[in-house]
Amino acid sequence: MRRFFPYLVVLLLASVPAWLGDPYILNAFITTGIFTIAAMSLNLLLGYTGQLSLGHVAFFGIGAYVSALTSLGFDVELFEGFHVVHEPWPVVYGLLFAIVFSGLCGYLVGKLSFRVRGAYFVIVTISFAEVVRLVALNWVELTQGPLALTNIPPFTVGFPGIGYTNLYGKVGNYYLVLGIGVGAYVIIKHLVESRIGRAMVALKENESLAVSIGINVTRYLVLAAVVSAAIAGASGSLYAHYLRIIDPDIFLFLYTVTMVIMVITGGKGTLAGPVVGGALFGAIPVIVRSFAAPEVQWILYGAFMIAIIFVLPQGIVPAIQRWFARGQTNPPRLASQPSVSAK
Amino acid sequence: MTAPAAPALTIEHVAVHFGGLVAIDDMNFVVNEGELLSLIGPNGAGKTTAFNVITGFLKPSKGDMRYRGTSLNGLKPHQVASLGLVRTFQRTSVFRAHSVFDNVLTGLHLSGRSTLLDTLLRLPRERASEHELREAAWEILALVGIDNHAHEYAGALPYGDQRLLGVALALAAKPSMLLLDEPVSGMNASETGRFMRLLGKLRDRGMTILLVEHDMPMVMGVSDRIVVLNYGRIIAEGPPAAIRENPEVIRAYLGQAAAKRAAHA
Repeated sequence: MRRFFPYLVVLLLASVPAWLGDPYILNAFITTGIFTIAAMSLNLLLGYTGQLSLGHVAFFGIGAYVSALTSLGFDVELFEGFHVVHEPWPVVYGLLFAIVFSGLCGYLVGKLSFRVRGAYFVIVTISFAEVVRLVALNWVELTQGPLALTNIPPFTVGFPGIGYTNLYGKVGNYYLVLGIGVGAYVIIKHLVESRIGRAMVALKENESLAVSIGINVTRYLVLAAVVSAAIAGASGSLYAHYLRIIDPDIFLFLYTVTMVIMVITGGKGTLAGPVVGGALFGAIPVIVRSFAAPEVQWILYGAFMIAIIFVLPQGIVPAIQRWFARGQTNPPRLASQPSVSAK
Repeated sequence: MTAPAAPALTIEHVAVHFGGLVAIDDMNFVVNEGELLSLIGPNGAGKTTAFNVITGFLKPSKGDMRYRGTSLNGLKPHQVASLGLVRTFQRTSVFRAHSVFDNVLTGLHLSGRSTLLDTLLRLPRERASEHELREAAWEILALVGIDNHAHEYAGALPYGDQRLLGVALALAAKPSMLLLDEPVSGMNASETGRFMRLLGKLRDRGMTILLVEHDMPMVMGVSDRIVVLNYGRIIAEGPPAAIRENPEVIRAYLGQAAAKRAAHA
């Protein structure tokens, strides 16, 4: 039963546009999905390696800008008389570049900042996000600064010979986000349930013991940062081409906090945690909006978050797992595959 | 020792200073292939410091360390482990929140052979590699004798079994030489007995072992040679019988009661 649960969830989510008439709710589904993907990527760092990146929105925003600029084209004068000109490319290259470029930034930030841990790492990541925001704000020639990048083309899907169609509509975007979300989930699942994932968790739990059995700390922390940043970049790209307008506010600290809340309330270090947390904190604003004034909405949002952390400090998913496992003394398996032995 | 064996680990003129404090003054010893060498000495003599410096957790202030011809100087702990030189810790050191089986699976890190791409896409090589690791984990658990606890939380095991799991984790890293830091401290007699049988099994497989231990009957019983440290210096070296008789060792370390016990043994 539990094995098929994820497939049921995907089937249910896939059926949503068929019975949901309200475009406003579908819009909420799409933006929630985008932020849930970002939260899943943050969970890889925060939940599995134990490193809190409070600048995670930087990778999301970089993905959005790279993707938007790839599809819009630009003409930038780097030195006197030296122009870098880029003609507009199809949006799908934007997504690819967003993934690659964000992953590269994750590599650089990881290489530089994993010399320090704990609070120092947190500060390095916040600083990185702030620097990127200032670049986006002030490099007007490239990013239009506070005027925002507008008219970003929507995603196109199709095959050579058959033809292409633009995803202007919400339904198309919904399935795109769902597809990429499932892809990100599967990749993260494969990673954390492997030897690499075990190395990451080992580093989090007992670094001395982990290195004593031959695990290379820096290598696996940087690897987690790269994969995490690349997935965040993909979600940023989705965001840019769905909203079709982005400005430097995309780097706001608030968005990082939103991702962290989704991961913590859902249950960090569990695969389903960010999905549950993402769905919850995507739904709360929509529900609260129907009966509360804007100021009260934020108060309720905060109160709800505090309540969850207070009642379920480990998060929702671990609490559910414990509830199902009550009465059993054996711990949950780290890997989902049944063990091969006859035991 | 009858035939002169090849040196596995060579420690030459190693010193460790913490600021003005001299933890190890001038340490020289050799562990031969297949040998069990014990490092003993009173608390604070520098035994654990010696372990930390050999396995890369500390940098020596001076001196040379070589394992099978490769210099250990400047290597990080994970690099030392990948040379086949693997340590255990004095305090219980296991991944407490995971099952015993998953602990050993984590310990088998160096044996994995799938690439990142295999892992991300879960290609056949990843599945084959995982399958091998699981088989290897069961073998190690059986060797150490804790396979009946495989699916229990490591943190919930009885103390003696946790110490055995610590050794299983080290064995999972496929060492050619083990460094055991007070493996039987806090164990009761039957647990110590189990541990000594495990040591015997490992020695039958040709494992080279460097042992730090306070349990004198055990040290005297299992060691080929003993090196005695006191205040960061080596004060004696030799087979157990000679160490037992050495007046300086008795005065500096063993004390009256232990000397009496040694005389009766």
